[in-house]
Amino acid sequence: MTREDFLCLTPLMIIAAAPVVMMLIIAVRRNYRIIYGFSLFAFIVAFLSVFYISGSVPHSISPVFIFDGFSLLFSGMIILASLLVTVLSHRYLLYQESEREEYFIVLFTATLGSMILAAASNFVTLFLGLETLSISLYILVAYRRSRGDAIEAAVKYLVLASVSSAFLLFGMGLIYLNTGALEFSRVAAVLKSSEYSTPLLLTGFSMMVVGIGFKLALVPFHMWTPDVYEGAPVPVTTFIATVSKGAVMAVLLRFFYAISGFSNHNFILLITVVAVLTMFIGNILAIRQQNVKRILAYSSIANMGYLVVALLMGTKEGIAAALFYIVSYMITTLAAFGVIALLSGKDNDADRLQDYKGLFWKRPWVAAVFTLSLLSLAGIPITTGFMAKFYLVFAGINTGLWLLVISLIVNSVIGLYYYLRIITTLFSPANDVAFPKVSFAGSLVLWLVTIGILWLGVNPEGAIHFISGFAGF
Amino acid sequence: MILVLLLCILIIGGIMAWVAGKWHDLASRIISLAALTIDLILLIWIYNSSAAGQGNWWIDYRMNWIPTLGISLHLALDGLSYLLLVLTIILGIVSVLISWKEIKDKTGFFHFNILWILAGIAGVFLSLDLFLFYFFWELMLVPMYFLINIWGHENRIYAAYKFFIYTQASGLLMFLAILALYFIHGRASGMYTFDYEQLLGTQISGPVAFILMGGFLAAFLVKLPVVPLHNWLPDAHTEAPTAGSVILAGLLLKTGAYGLLRFVLPLFPSASVSFAPIGMILGVVGILYGAKLAFAQTDLKRLVAYTSVSHMGFVILGIYAFNRIAFQGVMMQIIAHAISTGALFILVGQLYERIHTRDISKMGGLWKQVPVMGAMGMIFSMASLGLPGMGNFIAEFLILTGTFKASILFTTIASVGLVAATIYALRIVQKVFLGKTSTDWKISDLSIREKFISAVMVIVIIYLGLFPQKVITTAESALTKTLNSVENTMPVTTNLTKPAP
Repeated sequence: MTREDFLCLTPLMIIAAAPVVMMLIIAVRRNYRIIYGFSLFAFIVAFLSVFYISGSVPHSISPVFIFDGFSLLFSGMIILASLLVTVLSHRYLLYQESEREEYFIVLFTATLGSMILAAASNFVTLFLGLETLSISLYILVAYRRSRGDAIEAAVKYLVLASVSSAFLLFGMGLIYLNTGALEFSRVAAVLKSSEYSTPLLLTGFSMMVVGIGFKLALVPFHMWTPDVYEGAPVPVTTFIATVSKGAVMAVLLRFFYAISGFSNHNFILLITVVAVLTMFIGNILAIRQQNVKRILAYSSIANMGYLVVALLMGTKEGIAAALFYIVSYMITTLAAFGVIALLSGKDNDADRLQDYKGLFWKRPWVAAVFTLSLLSLAGIPITTGFMAKFYLVFAGINTGLWLLVISLIVNSVIGLYYYLRIITTLFSPANDVAFPKVSFAGSLVLWLVTIGILWLGVNPEGAIHFISGFAGF
Repeated sequence: MILVLLLCILIIGGIMAWVAGKWHDLASRIISLAALTIDLILLIWIYNSSAAGQGNWWIDYRMNWIPTLGISLHLALDGLSYLLLVLTIILGIVSVLISWKEIKDKTGFFHFNILWILAGIAGVFLSLDLFLFYFFWELMLVPMYFLINIWGHENRIYAAYKFFIYTQASGLLMFLAILALYFIHGRASGMYTFDYEQLLGTQISGPVAFILMGGFLAAFLVKLPVVPLHNWLPDAHTEAPTAGSVILAGLLLKTGAYGLLRFVLPLFPSASVSFAPIGMILGVVGILYGAKLAFAQTDLKRLVAYTSVSHMGFVILGIYAFNRIAFQGVMMQIIAHAISTGALFILVGQLYERIHTRDISKMGGLWKQVPVMGAMGMIFSMASLGLPGMGNFIAEFLILTGTFKASILFTTIASVGLVAATIYALRIVQKVFLGKTSTDWKISDLSIREKFISAVMVIVIIYLGLFPQKVITTAESALTKTLNSVENTMPVTTNLTKPAP
């Protein structure tokens, strides 16, 4: 390995070394505050190191990693989101009686897995990253094991995720059998030169779609999402909804564009059907939910449906639109789940709709953030969600994907209904219930994401320009 | 720059009113009033400054917003938007004044919403960039939703949903049409921009133009509203607090009419010409259907709401008549209806504050108790039925005169609407203020504040009736421009605008 290789691996190595250091610290002295402080420190250092290496990209450590603007952008976002999740977890963990410290160790390994995914250029790396992420998530989902639904969610996630990993692995195997390559670029090269659609190869790709579709919760592989979102601790739900989805989307975009999947009619048909189904089923199932976490779970399913539209565009603009959408979706989701996390009490998460009755009159500022994030999810102006949806529709029309664009528009209207339901609850007359006080660090997170939502919503030019610079592989 | 200032005053004023509301109710009322007054003064100053009446646009301001996608912050003012802007600010002041006593809780947030709705509406009237236009178009929905949802009457939540989803769904169709227009223009000319003036000359083939126009029409006809897309209106108007009803009837509906005049006709002239007969039929149906339903209501506020449907029928009828006189009538109708219906909603609100019901059957004989209020009710009912001397008469007369040249049949049917208007308007006076006393109400007459508001409205409506020329001249050049864009594509033989020999 060269010096360059090491340089580019810096963020990954920091994130990988942090858990080891933390384990050593715990061995010497178990102290929650030290571990919490160290986690924040390690994330910040890792985040800064992303800027440090930005001068030496693109650089590929063949045949496993590729460090380019795209992976750096995702690494930065993943680390930043994990940092915010750490802050959100702080008070939540204090409610837990014992073994709080290991939570952060597992959070770091999950982040590591996500970053590996973002930089993967090879099936092996992809699978390694995905498993590092998934196995960490099994633990995180079940972290509050005293609660019944946490175990249920974790078991459900464990079984289904393992099955989907098996599908993914089998799919990769079949592709390897046909192309003799594991690297994305070499797979693409073989596909270009030879017969594209042998039955075995198609089977392989379909199985990969099953595996990836599960991770992204695309219909019909979405069943786990509401249960896991509901059962997992809120910060973990936040992590799944933002970091894990973002990372899988990153690798999917990279792979799909590498093999030019958007020009293959089988893929076009497949993705179109999956996208339309995902949008409609996600939104329609959200309407009748009474649990805010479940509503947001279905909403995230629908959002992934919008996002896969970008796969079919096949243009640089399409990638830029997808990136902008992911950035804005991550910020918005962090805001929405952040509010839930900060309002959750010792015994119960604040996840029933009626828990939010009259929040606006008791805690106007927190409710305003929540409202803003819901409006952003619904795509209403002055929020980043509006700009993101606009950009996606814009790129979609430019590439003539009329069916998908119209389906996206129809779904925006359906989605509006259940977002408004939550907003209406926030603004209805208050009960006598007291809401927990929001900590200083917590409100700092909310400030940060609010500024993000409004800034990207009102003045997206800079961001669009910035992101377009990364929209290539 | 002054146009940006106009909007900024409303937006910042709204935030300040919200913050001040935590401290004292009165503070947020005064801040809102101050912000609106400053805007009004600025508008008067604009009118008197040399810029007014010069050239295409009185003021034209353009700044880059998202240049990568061809979006700019392009605001411009001409006679049409000037009149509507003045109307916006005046009705804004009225809304703040009538809520002085009606809104007692969450005052700060209430005024925030009022000012942000007004900012959205003012933005719609000023935008010359289609993306910016859509941005403002959507922006005004959310505060309006809160206004209905929080301060409305019994069935407010249902009404708020319905309002939001109707307008959002139709707005998104317009959004698709805007994007399609953007790409069609961009591919033809190589210049990708949302700028209105650039997009004006886009050559679009027949069927495509029709589909795109359909997108725009969806948004505007729902807002206007046109039967059968009017379903949200009675609920929203009835359940909203008085200020909300005034803004809905006086301003929100007008954004639909404005959209037709500013965007649909100039952007799709030939498609508009083919759509004209359908547009006129929709207008006539609206006039009669709205009047009939207004007559059938027992809820006073709902009754007034349905009169809006009827009056807006005249607007669309006049627009699709495509001639100068009808356009002048439309302009008058937009303003006169805003004032007269706004005043009627205010009256209903004042009654509701006193007797806590909107049920007509529980009213009757109120004139003895509240003579001033009765007189106001009389005046505005007369305005609504189109009594000569009031603005509405001029408006409807001009529209009918104009449409007569386009279609004698439709004009004849539409005139029946005037008779129907007489029936429902007189029914209001008869059932509420005259007739037998059904319940022995002990109520007080209008206070000085309320008298002041009503007096201003009376003066405006009579002024419009006696001296309509000022309005007509102000809007003249803008309307002519719209008219010319349509006329250029019309077959020469029809010659609708020339006076009959």
